[in-house]
Amino acid sequence: MSSPARTPKPAPKPNWVSTRNPCKACAPLGAALVMRGIEGALPFLHGSQGCATYMRRYLISHFREPMDIATSGFSEATTIFGGGANLRQGLQNVTSQYKPSLIGIATTCLTETIGEDVHGLLHEYRRDVAPETRPELVHVSTPSYAGTHIDGFNDAVRAVVEQLAESGTLPSAYAGSFINLFPGMVSAEDIRYLKEVAAEFALPVTVFPDYSETLDGPSMEKYKKIPEGGTSIASLRATPAAKASIELGRTLRHKKTAASFLQERFEVPARRIGLPIGVHESDIFFAALEKLAGRPVPDKYQKERGRLIDAYVDGHKYLFGKRAIVFGDEDLVVGLTAFLAEIGVVPVLCASGGKSGALAHSVAEVTTHLREAVLVRDGVDFMTMAEEAELKDLKPDFIIGSSKGAKLAKQLGVPLIRVGFPIHDRVGGHRILHLGYRGAQQLFDLVVNTLLEVKQESNPIGYSYL
Amino acid sequence: MADILRERERQVYRKGHGEALPIDCEKQSAAGSVSQRACVFCGSRVVLYPIADALHIVHGPIGCASYTWDIRGALSSGPELHRLSFSTDLHELDVVHGGEKKLYAALCELIDAHQPKAAFVYGTCIVGVIGDDIDAVCKRVSMEKGIPVLPVHSEGFKGTKKDGYRAACEALLKIVGTGSVESVRPHSINILGDFNLAGETWMIRDYYERMGVQVVSCITGDGRIDEIRRAHGAALNVVQCSGSMTYLAKTMKEKYGAPFIRVSYFGVEDMSKSLYDVARHFKDKEMLTRTQEIVRTELQRVMPQLNDYRKMLAGKRAAIYVGGAFKAFSLVSALRHLGMTTVMVGSQTGNKDDYEQLREICDEGTIIVDDSNPLELSSFLEEKDVDVFIGGVKERPIAYKLGIGFCDHNHERKEALAGFEGMLNFAREVYGSVMSPVWRLTPRKRGSAPLEVVK
Repeated sequence: MSSPARTPKPAPKPNWVSTRNPCKACAPLGAALVMRGIEGALPFLHGSQGCATYMRRYLISHFREPMDIATSGFSEATTIFGGGANLRQGLQNVTSQYKPSLIGIATTCLTETIGEDVHGLLHEYRRDVAPETRPELVHVSTPSYAGTHIDGFNDAVRAVVEQLAESGTLPSAYAGSFINLFPGMVSAEDIRYLKEVAAEFALPVTVFPDYSETLDGPSMEKYKKIPEGGTSIASLRATPAAKASIELGRTLRHKKTAASFLQERFEVPARRIGLPIGVHESDIFFAALEKLAGRPVPDKYQKERGRLIDAYVDGHKYLFGKRAIVFGDEDLVVGLTAFLAEIGVVPVLCASGGKSGALAHSVAEVTTHLREAVLVRDGVDFMTMAEEAELKDLKPDFIIGSSKGAKLAKQLGVPLIRVGFPIHDRVGGHRILHLGYRGAQQLFDLVVNTLLEVKQESNPIGYSYL
Repeated sequence: MADILRERERQVYRKGHGEALPIDCEKQSAAGSVSQRACVFCGSRVVLYPIADALHIVHGPIGCASYTWDIRGALSSGPELHRLSFSTDLHELDVVHGGEKKLYAALCELIDAHQPKAAFVYGTCIVGVIGDDIDAVCKRVSMEKGIPVLPVHSEGFKGTKKDGYRAACEALLKIVGTGSVESVRPHSINILGDFNLAGETWMIRDYYERMGVQVVSCITGDGRIDEIRRAHGAALNVVQCSGSMTYLAKTMKEKYGAPFIRVSYFGVEDMSKSLYDVARHFKDKEMLTRTQEIVRTELQRVMPQLNDYRKMLAGKRAAIYVGGAFKAFSLVSALRHLGMTTVMVGSQTGNKDDYEQLREICDEGTIIVDDSNPLELSSFLEEKDVDVFIGGVKERPIAYKLGIGFCDHNHERKEALAGFEGMLNFAREVYGSVMSPVWRLTPRKRGSAPLEVVK
């Protein structure tokens, strides 16, 4: 294939010091979301008042649900003398107001920088307050100057499991009868889908975190202080008794995670696979379940798979050779890239604000059938993506990722297909299904229809039959 | 009834229940209370954000920049630098070794790339802890690049949002007075404390100009550095959002002698008064006549429709929870104008005078609350059987979860609610929120009635 002649572009500044239009949020946000996925729990940030408020607003604008996050509310004096008293008062106030079964405490850049010993402070609190009058307390270190919201999310999942897991909490008859499933930061709809799939396999499962109800609940007559749903504390305690853990996200494979902890400490085998987006990655996921459940993939999903491939065939002509920029959280980028590559779309740039170090390798793993290596950029912002697109003449037909890419899409003059987190300019972001054959079906229809719309709108004839 | 934390009991007041004012206020939020307030940084960021030809860079880890990227509806008629997000994105090593070098490099590259008229450098929590000398870096860059580079001392933990307003005003005061006041006429004003959400400053500016008043600068709606430089030449400062801008107005009065008046552009009464107050200040008969003409024309345009809305909204109950109390006064009277009753009103940052004034203008039984939180607010909404709740994004899900209408009156809004036209928009939005048929399906209205009886 010959590429069109390219006009030389002036070399842009190669290394920007500043971050310009970020493609990431900070770690405590991910941790707060995880804590919202525990039954009866309230997230608590140890730091300034503003952190909790800003993250609440950011999460509320995506989920459109109440999202209460407490804070120790640091003042100048607290910063100088330490936040012990504020933490204690905060825990007491949260306990008396919300009566939570668990308070999930995450640190912030401020408390990490001044070196707060949260572990020690909680130890003292547990010592001084009678167990029957206090909720379970878990904590995670999430300095905002390290990693992104995804690191905060994954670290919180691990911290909660580490701190709650106990061997022998279940009667031996139940031990080994279920699996743990750590899906990563997926949508509320994705979590519901995963639970449904496990149920169809008749495979009991502990999904953690589970904010499928706490952040997508029904209209209420009376306000619930803490919404119903979430992974129960009892099942988190019982995670070491699982038959196996499945963890989703290729970039996590060499990281210390909840699944790796359970494997090392309690010898729970860990299956660490990619986010099941598209046929190939979903096949791996369903095969893993098939093996663990000891029964074939239920007919329902065989049919979903069959319809999906039939749809791929129906739509392939509209897609072949189309070019996409994929951006966002690393594992979502990997999953979307796997999906796009299998339907004939060329991923011309895979970009993330995250920098796990595993993005390029993971993208390569899911694109082995492509003739050319995919351009991968980690730790980048939206302005860098725009410059890459210009410099390398990427000419995308669409971009796919969170709503934060809206400006980039406008700049490039192509549609943005909204997936992942956050989606702040549309409703229902948390109800987008990305996973499994059914999720791929919805993504596929969305991609094809978006391109058909462009074809229709940009054409003076305005075909009404495509 | 709400479970109110012991340390907050005196921050909730019910008019006519024999409870004594003054209400407790202007205090640090109780730890663990889940306050709706933000922080010092937020105060500075919201005030300075609309200045569209300045570079705004957040010095700190990425969060503070991410959470404030292009979230406000503050429009610009020209450059749109304010809608981009810039951060030094401090990492672990920067925290250990200090972030000054990174800040210097970031400022230089961004100023070179975007050629702003000025730069604002927002200090965040850890900058206050690791001891970066932001002032020194700003001074150096300012010298090298020849534009004002202004430190904004907005470390999150160093007080409340109000301290952030003050830090923003301090930065503005370094710009005011640096420009020429040539061609500034005697009948001239600065519009302070309007942020041009959905183009509101343009509407206000247009009214004043039609009166024959010269608008020297808008601080900060559709703001421009060169205009702010010559703001000291204006004869009068017209201050809305007094919580954020009174300090600037007072200091300008001391320094440059221009007096200030407090105004509000919400509701037809307050809007008209804002225009008349300026006309009266200049003691110009012709201007007063023109003002009367403007008010008459505008009222004739909007009143028939407002009266229609009033017929349909009469007797509905509203709750208000906003950042600054001054806005609440206008909302109470605007709602009354629509025939509605305010049954709960609160603010994040009101002071004793504000709450006293609220008590005076509210009906018996109204709940007045300072620095509230989701549990209190939800219980007030339930108790008072509210039809529409007016607040910001963080209050919205509280109302919606309970099947209650909501109207966004905060910085994120995309509807112009100020001015005469804005009052019509406000009425339309309240009407649309209250009258939607969806409420008929919600459990709160329907109770446990079986689905078949829904008509």
